[in-house]
Amino acid sequence: MFVVMFVMSIFSFIVIQLPPGDYLTSYIMTLQTQQGFVDEAQIEALRKQYGLDLPMYEQYIFWIKNMFYGNFGWSFEWNQSVSKLLADRLPMTVVISILTLLFTYAVAIPIGIYSATRQYSFGDFFFTVIGFIGLATPSFFLALVLMYLFNKYLGFSVGGLFSTQYIDAPWSFAKFVDLLKHLPIPIFVIGLAGTASIIRVMRGCLLDELRQQYVITARAKGLEERKLLYKYPVRIAINPIISTIGWVLPSIVSGATITAIVLDIPTVGNLLYNALLSQDTYLAGSSIMILTFLTIVGTFISDILLAWADPRVQYL
Amino acid sequence: MFNICDNINWQALGKEVLVESPNSNMKDPKFKQFIEEGLEIDKEEEKLYTATQWQLMWRKFRRHKLAIIGLVILAILYTFAIFCEFFAPQDPAKRDTNYIYVPPQKIHFIDESGRFYLRPFVYGLKQESDPITWRKVYVEDRSKKYPVYFFVHGDKYRLWNLIEYDLHFIGTKEGPFYLFGTDESGRDMLSRTIYGARISLFTGLIGVFFSFIFGCILGGISGYFGGSIDLIIQRVIEFLLSLPSIPLWMALAAAMPKNWSPLKVYFLITVILSLIGWCSLARVVRGKILELRELDFVTAARLAGATDWTIITKHLLPNFTSYLIVSITLAIPNMILGETSLSFLGIGLRPPIISWGVLLKNAQNISIIALQPWLLIPGLFIVITVLAFNFLGDGLRDAADPYR
Repeated sequence: MFVVMFVMSIFSFIVIQLPPGDYLTSYIMTLQTQQGFVDEAQIEALRKQYGLDLPMYEQYIFWIKNMFYGNFGWSFEWNQSVSKLLADRLPMTVVISILTLLFTYAVAIPIGIYSATRQYSFGDFFFTVIGFIGLATPSFFLALVLMYLFNKYLGFSVGGLFSTQYIDAPWSFAKFVDLLKHLPIPIFVIGLAGTASIIRVMRGCLLDELRQQYVITARAKGLEERKLLYKYPVRIAINPIISTIGWVLPSIVSGATITAIVLDIPTVGNLLYNALLSQDTYLAGSSIMILTFLTIVGTFISDILLAWADPRVQYL
Repeated sequence: MFNICDNINWQALGKEVLVESPNSNMKDPKFKQFIEEGLEIDKEEEKLYTATQWQLMWRKFRRHKLAIIGLVILAILYTFAIFCEFFAPQDPAKRDTNYIYVPPQKIHFIDESGRFYLRPFVYGLKQESDPITWRKVYVEDRSKKYPVYFFVHGDKYRLWNLIEYDLHFIGTKEGPFYLFGTDESGRDMLSRTIYGARISLFTGLIGVFFSFIFGCILGGISGYFGGSIDLIIQRVIEFLLSLPSIPLWMALAAAMPKNWSPLKVYFLITVILSLIGWCSLARVVRGKILELRELDFVTAARLAGATDWTIITKHLLPNFTSYLIVSITLAIPNMILGETSLSFLGIGLRPPIISWGVLLKNAQNISIIALQPWLLIPGLFIVITVLAFNFLGDGLRDAADPYR
């Protein structure tokens, strides 16, 4: 995992370095337009301060070292420190990701069980169709369509996380309620694709389990159908589901990024997008770093969960 | 499959009865029919035994209704994409300032007086101001009718940049013809959607082609040689798969110089997309090779002096072509979704390239969607395409192992 983090940090650093010119170029440009002139000495001082006069690998070490002190660099676009910007958005990003993950599993597992136990019924067919469409719809398109439908038939806009009067308001109960009102749509949009695929995995696994002989034995000895279902096959079928977090989480972070941009939700993904557009390189690199870090930590936790849930899994 | 076998057992028994005791229930027409059906199935079964693997797969595939539907839809879409100059009623770049944000026109068969026309027509358009908002809106001008023709001469184009011609599949001889409406500079959305299909659909194919190459080579090496190379490649794959793809693509695409030519941008985007796409393919290849490597025929080939390259390409690859095809079909929609997402955000393909994502970029905020919902139509095509690919992939997956 630390190796992964290391590779990722190098990658983020490359992202910072890739655009032509270093990130002072754009800053100098702004200075020029503001003041009409730029002091050579001032530029030199800035270069020293950010270590831009050093060779590449030293710049990397410089960057990493600062990061450990919580100094991610300075965002010229926002004129704030990157760490503050990220800290503002990080809680919301984590909350949305975790809620979406919970939503995904809370919806997918019961539906998967339903579909498997009533294979080829109308409900099964219905959920299969919904699932296929859910997989095929890009999340940004779903967000757009929902925006349109809500606007047209219910007459309110679904963008953002708070109503306008609460955006800058301090936390209060009313603001919290307002947040709850705005959350379902992004969570639904982000979670749909993941939900659809997990329904299919769950259905497949459970169908496999239901064909096993121990189920017939249990049924033959007169075990109550409910107990039979939940005590044995469902438990086993859930194990592969836990291991799906490994790929559901990256897809949620991906989906959250793009959905946040469309629905204008203040998350790290949205920040990354704006940073990339305005070539605010330090902000972009740090955002990428944070996003992947979150994903990797999440995956790591899911691995631990799996080992806890299924003692057969061993770590090498 | 099992059904057939069951039938044969019973009916073969019936045949024996027939041969041994000719005076049995042979007069009963139902029984006779039963026996004849049995013989018929016998022939079928014989075909089944002599069929090649591909024939078996085709048999199984045909039974998958959704897969067939998907195949047909894709065939139609790709035909449109390949001959987009011909199928698009107009030049997609042509701006018509008289018709800005025109809603989709309807094709009519019956006019306002209730008369039926065999040749459909569209009404003309006239501009009016909305009485409340004072916004300009277009309404049908019932006084003007423009009949719709197949194979009409219209805007000039160069098919595949080679053949100059002006014949279009559908259109009117005069007057407006905007079945999907127009965008903010009066360009025909139908034509743009059809041209967009070319870029969007082929991004998938080209991207998959790249990831196919990466995946086969790396997966092949990983599976065939094993050991530490295998370990390294597997770790790399795990690493790449654990990353959120869209932020990664965004970062790479945004690093692209802004002054590159559209073709270069297009090429680079597909490469970026396949950078992650190859992982799942490589896994399939590796898994299959690991399985096949231990089999006797590989040992035989090695003893006969075949090189590693020959063994991989000649003996191993053909054994899992069907699985490869399945994973490729299932990988294409991801590529298409990736391209459209990036273009939609404005960091993938950019105008003047027309792709579905680029078209959807115009419909990014609520005030535009609320008033011009027809700008969302290209998104519908994305959904249809991806659905069709998923159905097709599902059918192929079931067919890939015909002996099961």
